[in-house]
Amino acid sequence: MIELLTTKYTYLTVVVLLAIGAYVMIESDNFVKKIIGMNIFQTGIFVFFISAAYRAGGRSPVVRSGGGGGPFVSPLPHVLILTAIVVGVSLTAVALGLVVRIYESYGTINEDTLEEVRAND
Amino acid sequence: MTETYLPLLVAVPLLGALLAVATGLASTRGPALVARLVLGVQTLLAVWIGGTALAQGSLSVAVGGFAAPYGIELVVDGLSAVVVVLVAVVSFATLAFVTEDDPGGTAFYAQYLLLVAGLSGMSVTGDVFNLYVFLEITGLATYALVASAGTGRSAVSALKYLLFGTVAASLYLLGVGYALVATGTLNMADLAVELARVGYDSPLVLASFGFIVVGLATKAALFPLHTWQPDAYGDAPDSVSALIAALVSTVAAYALLRLVYTVYTPAFFDAVPVARDALVAVAAISIVVGSVLAVAQSEVKRMLAYSSVSQYGLVVVGVAIGTPAAVFGAVVHLVGHAIMKGGLFVAAGAVADLTGARTVEEYAGLADRFPVLGGASAVLMLAMVGVPPAVGFAGKWYIALGAVRAGTWPVAVVIFGSTLLTLAYFALLVERMFVAPASASVQAATDGGSDDHPSRPSRRALALVIGAAAVALVLGVAVTDLQTALEPTIDTLLSQ
Repeated sequence: MIELLTTKYTYLTVVVLLAIGAYVMIESDNFVKKIIGMNIFQTGIFVFFISAAYRAGGRSPVVRSGGGGGPFVSPLPHVLILTAIVVGVSLTAVALGLVVRIYESYGTINEDTLEEVRAND
Repeated sequence: MTETYLPLLVAVPLLGALLAVATGLASTRGPALVARLVLGVQTLLAVWIGGTALAQGSLSVAVGGFAAPYGIELVVDGLSAVVVVLVAVVSFATLAFVTEDDPGGTAFYAQYLLLVAGLSGMSVTGDVFNLYVFLEITGLATYALVASAGTGRSAVSALKYLLFGTVAASLYLLGVGYALVATGTLNMADLAVELARVGYDSPLVLASFGFIVVGLATKAALFPLHTWQPDAYGDAPDSVSALIAALVSTVAAYALLRLVYTVYTPAFFDAVPVARDALVAVAAISIVVGSVLAVAQSEVKRMLAYSSVSQYGLVVVGVAIGTPAAVFGAVVHLVGHAIMKGGLFVAAGAVADLTGARTVEEYAGLADRFPVLGGASAVLMLAMVGVPPAVGFAGKWYIALGAVRAGTWPVAVVIFGSTLLTLAYFALLVERMFVAPASASVQAATDGGSDDHPSRPSRRALALVIGAAAVALVLGVAVTDLQTALEPTIDTLLSQ
């Protein structure tokens, strides 16, 4: 158990982040908090990719002229996650835009209150 | 030679979106014109490249000159050719309904073109991470389009769709991550080889399959992951519902088919039969529950949306059974469903324009007043139920045939049962339209009581509905030709 904690702690972080993100998205009534949960969930996946890229004793993958100097950390997941982060930011922007629209229409960003407002319509 | 032009399938609508924004600054009519022009070019391009791929076998190009497996590969084989042509033609046709029906505007047309770029990208990419990026581009454009109705309701539906869609895409990404950890590659063709080398019973491979299937099944709206879909389809502007009902989930289902057969290959199913059984079970439940929920709806657009849950169940069942007939049936049903459901949503939108009718009850007596529109949509509904010779029948027939040949009798029974349920909800609507006495709203339109509504269906909407009905019938007849064209592709997919 201790060994697992000390050597695989990044993967445990992934599990914790995914769990917190999913819990917040499901349990929270507040749309902004749901979006925060979504971000935490995505961050969990980002950390997963970055952990997978790690190599014990690996250096940053800058190959000197003439080659050599390894082992290197895998650069591919870092590049992928850079793209995924951009996607995540765009999604958050669209989501927050929608929340503003919801607030303008109904005067609330709370899911339960929204149900009541709609039921009265 | 043709393959050098392959990246244009994605680049043309993407640049078109920018051009729409640029012309929007100068004139208000510019973006609509640009969208029509760009999608016209896109359709020609798709037909040309798709036709070449069907005739000569698969085309591929390494983007930016970085050879696979390190670079990103774009591939068009027979299957993606069909989907690319479908995306281009349906989005071009639906555009006619948009200009008629919705306020439009610069942002709307830019999003519309971005959606086409994303869908085309999903169809032609040969790289699993690239697929994720296009999945999210498609998603972002769709969320914005759903909200473009401008009402509070549509914003709530779009946010719900966004939360579901993002989690689905994130799970897909996690699945890609597991596959990457197991093999170190992202290229689909390369993954197929490497995954086999790692071993199909490896926990990493099993986990990646699970996450990818759950992610794409959510995007394709299989029960119980469908809950975003009726709201999104129901609250979007009419033209947008037609477009996304026809294409968005269709391309997600295509991506599922592509990954199951190009990446995991039938050998994976043979090694892990429980994966196939689970997929068949979930899809079969979708077929039944989707139909039952559709019967229970009173609002027409929501009924059509729940019907999609059941139809995508049929497609996935075909994919999961995996005999040549079943996979061909899945492809036929995918294409047929896109055309029929798109046409029905256009019809629902046209009826709402004409009379304000949105519920099944309000449709009463509609056909007396609008015989052509009523007749064409009745043809589409019956095609959807699976009355021969329409394409709805052909798809179901091949899937059922594949199920029987594979010895999975319960699936054939489920397909038959769902056909009866489909008949139940569409027959109800047809009965309302043709037999029941006219409802108050239709009466009002007849008497010229309300001046808000036009007295005749718009020519463009009518042409779209009749066109969809005609294509549904013609495709049903031409299905054997399609089979000849697709046979080599499906054989290659299934023999891996």
